[in-house]
Amino acid sequence: MHGFGFDVAHMLAGLLVLASLAMLYQDRLYSLLNTLALHAFVLALSVAWQAYIQHAPHLYITAFIALGFKSIAVPAALRRMVFRLGIHREIEVVVGTGFTMLAGIGLIALSLVVMLPATIHADPLAREDIALALSVVLIGLLMMVTRRNAVSQVAGFMSLENGIVLAATGAQGMPLVVEISVAFSILIAFIIIGIFLFRIRERFDTVDVRALDRFRGEQR
Amino acid sequence: MFDLVAQGAQMFLVLLLAPLLTGCVRKLKARLQRRIGAPIWQPYRDIRRLLGKEVVLAGNASWLFRVVPYLVFAVTWVAAALVPTFATGLLFSWSGDLIVITALLGTARFLQALAAMDVGTSFGGLGASREVMFASLAEPALIMTVFAVALIAGSTQLSTMADYLLTGQAGLRVTLALALVAFVIVAVAENGRIPVDNPATHLELTMVHEAMVLEYSGRHLAMIELAASLKLLCYMSLIVGIFCPFGMTLGHGGAGPYLLGGATYAAKLVVTATLLATFETMTAKMRIFRVPGFIGVALMLSLLATLLRFVSGNL
Amino acid sequence: MIQFVLLAVAAFLGVGIGCVPVARRPGASRIVYGACLVICVVALTGALLDGGTSEMILPLGVPWLGAHFRIDALSRFFVVLIDVGSSFASLYALGRGAHEHEPQRVLPFYPVFLGAMNLVVIADDAYGFLFAWELMSLASWALVMAHHREAGNARAGFVYLLMATGGALSLLLAFGLLAGPDGFYAFAVMRLGTFAPPRAILVLALVCLGAGSKAGVVPLHVWLPLAHPAAPSHVSALMSGVMTKVAIYAFIRIVFDLLGPPSWWWAVPVLAIGGITAVLGVMSALMESDLKRLLAYSTIENVGIIFLALGLSLAFRANAMPEAASLAMIAGLFHAFNHMLFKSLLFFGAGSVLTATGERNIERLGGLIHRMPVSSGLFLIGCMAISALPPLNGFASEWLAFQTILVSPQLPEWTLRLLVPTVGAALALAAALSAACFVRAFGIAFLGRPRSAKAETAVETDRFSRAAMGGLAALCLLTGMFPGAVIDALAPVTRLLLGGRLAEQMMQPWLSIVPIAARNSSYNGLMVLLFVLVSAGLAAFAVHRFGARTVRRGDAWDCGFPGLGPATQYSGASFSQPIRRVFGPVFFRAREIVDMPPPGETRPARIRKERHDLAWEAIYLPIAAAVGAIADRLNALQFMTIGRYLGFVFVLLVLLLMALAAWQ
Repeated sequence: MHGFGFDVAHMLAGLLVLASLAMLYQDRLYSLLNTLALHAFVLALSVAWQAYIQHAPHLYITAFIALGFKSIAVPAALRRMVFRLGIHREIEVVVGTGFTMLAGIGLIALSLVVMLPATIHADPLAREDIALALSVVLIGLLMMVTRRNAVSQVAGFMSLENGIVLAATGAQGMPLVVEISVAFSILIAFIIIGIFLFRIRERFDTVDVRALDRFRGEQR
Repeated sequence: MFDLVAQGAQMFLVLLLAPLLTGCVRKLKARLQRRIGAPIWQPYRDIRRLLGKEVVLAGNASWLFRVVPYLVFAVTWVAAALVPTFATGLLFSWSGDLIVITALLGTARFLQALAAMDVGTSFGGLGASREVMFASLAEPALIMTVFAVALIAGSTQLSTMADYLLTGQAGLRVTLALALVAFVIVAVAENGRIPVDNPATHLELTMVHEAMVLEYSGRHLAMIELAASLKLLCYMSLIVGIFCPFGMTLGHGGAGPYLLGGATYAAKLVVTATLLATFETMTAKMRIFRVPGFIGVALMLSLLATLLRFVSGNL
Repeated sequence: MIQFVLLAVAAFLGVGIGCVPVARRPGASRIVYGACLVICVVALTGALLDGGTSEMILPLGVPWLGAHFRIDALSRFFVVLIDVGSSFASLYALGRGAHEHEPQRVLPFYPVFLGAMNLVVIADDAYGFLFAWELMSLASWALVMAHHREAGNARAGFVYLLMATGGALSLLLAFGLLAGPDGFYAFAVMRLGTFAPPRAILVLALVCLGAGSKAGVVPLHVWLPLAHPAAPSHVSALMSGVMTKVAIYAFIRIVFDLLGPPSWWWAVPVLAIGGITAVLGVMSALMESDLKRLLAYSTIENVGIIFLALGLSLAFRANAMPEAASLAMIAGLFHAFNHMLFKSLLFFGAGSVLTATGERNIERLGGLIHRMPVSSGLFLIGCMAISALPPLNGFASEWLAFQTILVSPQLPEWTLRLLVPTVGAALALAAALSAACFVRAFGIAFLGRPRSAKAETAVETDRFSRAAMGGLAALCLLTGMFPGAVIDALAPVTRLLLGGRLAEQMMQPWLSIVPIAARNSSYNGLMVLLFVLVSAGLAAFAVHRFGARTVRRGDAWDCGFPGLGPATQYSGASFSQPIRRVFGPVFFRAREIVDMPPPGETRPARIRKERHDLAWEAIYLPIAAAVGAIADRLNALQFMTIGRYLGFVFVLLVLLLMALAAWQ
């Protein structure tokens, strides 16, 4: 039961969690985008391995989309955007790296405690994959909450979406049509985010989202 | 009788190999930096040269300063000799487990820091205070890594761990991967390698380990240098012994498997030395107050690994 | 047998009362401390000689109850602990005690203190226990106030008295709840009772408050760093090393013995308290420059470690795993014994330094290893023991604690499975930080060059102090080399409380300790020590045979600036600065505020360090403010007219009668 395939699947899911934690740790935008690319690359490997052991060829297309789109195209586009926004040299003040990492570990523990007892009758391969995928989602959310820079929040959002893809492939609930439509909607969302980022930059001379709060009169 | 010979062989093997390992790492770094570098036998020559020199003691040095090099050397040698290299289950392997090895290396650090403060200059205090700050994060990280691996293998005894991992029941586990990354970070920090400390510098503001041994000379310095090489060998043997134990014999079957184990061990050491040299050449030394973040990552990863072991039996 | 211990207690009380008229005579202190030493040794032999349980009921105290006394395996262990500590303290005081300025403030209370501690652990009913507990607190309070003219000691005594009273009140309420409405105050009856969860929860909370405040757990620890340093050195050693263990005895007796079978979640607060106490204690110790206060904070850390082990024992017991529970309890009790040994040794060293130099502040010491070689060597052994370095005793008990954590994945509850690795990490962090703390303490105070004139002119202490410190150091080494003997000696305790025991340790080959199974883990302190000594000897022989043997004295490296004075050395604050910078903002809201004048201004640059004691500010200051506010309001009662007073009394009387009517 605990074969080689099992172990490799868990190893890749664990590496994805590790990449999420590494994203929490970054304070420079270029290195954050590199880590995002690595995150999507590990996702692609993981989905490809799931395709291999589940004998589900349509997942290879998912893996290819993850590789081409999320690992290469999106980070490259974000990098160009960052360069054009002129913020590539900024160092973001990350709220207490130690605390954020501890919170990340706490979230991993929480998702394990929630998912493992709840799925006790499920397929053993899927159980821990789903638990680790939930932790990737939660860490992505944590990242969106603790960052002030809009580009970092977008990176958090992308990693969150990667976690959802991992959960879906692990639970064998990812038919091709769902994947294509999700990818398409991500593409649209991405274009819209890009337009908004430039508009915000034009208007406020910064992509710090607290500027929006000040504009609305909600100082903190 | 054969067991006693094997145990004695391991003890003297680590002592003889340690300077050679340091020489190899330095030579590889030099070649990577497009220098020719000193030959790999140079550390032996250095020790021999230092042994013949007169000791110059600072005016304020006490008996502690003179005794510490021998104690540090003895403690590090015992720790390095307890790590299985070419065979598991040697005669005295049950007297100390991985926690004992960690604590023995901690003893060496404790005594070294005290000797640094004995002379009464600011360099000693500088080195000692930085060293204990790194140790306050690196030692918990190491202990948590020990926990993580011990929970997989069912024991803290190194021979049992190596036996279990040799049988391949562990497979590829996330916990082992996390423990490996944490262990490598701790090994880099504890041995004073780039990016934590530069072993080749003598600029006061960048030193940690070198600041602690600044006042030592002659045969005392030879003992300290040998102890530092033994510590590096100890950590490397731990990494290859726990995470890559293929080739170690289980302790029965005559001289052949032992020789094979020895050859595999030497090969693994060469590979680790190459990886260390490459890593050191690729990175720059960190500012002192960025190092706690670096070692903190090791602590977090090892804590995560232990947590995963507690919570799930499959991870 | 119990008669020995009771006679010893009576002798202590007698000596205490008897020396009141003669305390000022010149030889009195020698006689008193000598007598205490003899009585301690007698009590110790009495406790060690017998093996079983013995009881006695004396017609003292409350008429319908009498005074019950009982010595079972747990009491025996603690009697041994108390009397070993007390005998060494008395031996030390034989030398140091003669230098007391006001012996009449110390001599009568010291024997009473010792007697009261012995009485607490053999008391078998609630009245006797509380009487002895309060006697112990009052005697130690009197000793804390002995040097009442020194700045800060009066405040220390006041805070101590408040906390001790609060703790005794909590214990009183706890015993009241255990005794129930029918009022069965004898322990034998309480043992047989069963307690429903609401009552058990309350008793657990009250015991944590009462025994925990005396032991020094966070956040009830605030009195410890004030009171322990204020007392004379031998009394500080007793308060830190022995009195905190009496508090731990109280906790074990009530929670493990009287409360009956535990639930698993009782372990959660105990584990959490243990972990937080351990880390906060050692962090505070690193920030202190007063040597005795540093040692007091280190006591807090070790008490945290003991509570951690006891919490694990509770968790295992609740899950019906007696061997693992025994392992945890043995780790905790072994650590308690070890802590008594090395903390007493360290306090005696600090006392010697105080008498030799008049300084407690490590920033004004230094270079004492040249002036006081024996004391420094023995203090070094104490530092190495408390930093858990093999092959000394501190490492043996920490090793057992780590082995207990490695057995914990068998616990089924999820909360425990998440909590135990976290407190394991806290334990490892506390161990590493305590090594840093004692490198700092020993390095700044004893090594380097003297930072003040008093440190330059220190002299070695007298032979009694050296003998006491030497005896404790030897015991540290012996317990480290033969931990199996201690584990076997603790087997009756675990069999009594938990119904399980570890395998026979002294039968193991080469005297290793094998707590679970040989394949799991084993440790041999004797072999490690032998290996280290043989290797060091071999190295020294080889080097001196084949290398140069000459030594020359020269100047230290000074970068070309000659004549650097002792003030250029690292001070205690500089040594802990990296750690303060890394951990300070989290634990103390520590900040360094640098005031750098702009170019052109001639005023000096200043650096100011800020550190907050979070427990004090969050809990005690608000309570004090609330008490003050209520007192101000109630002050109006002082200024009423006669008519108002009469009306007040009348209304209260009517209300009480109405309440009585309603209750019936």
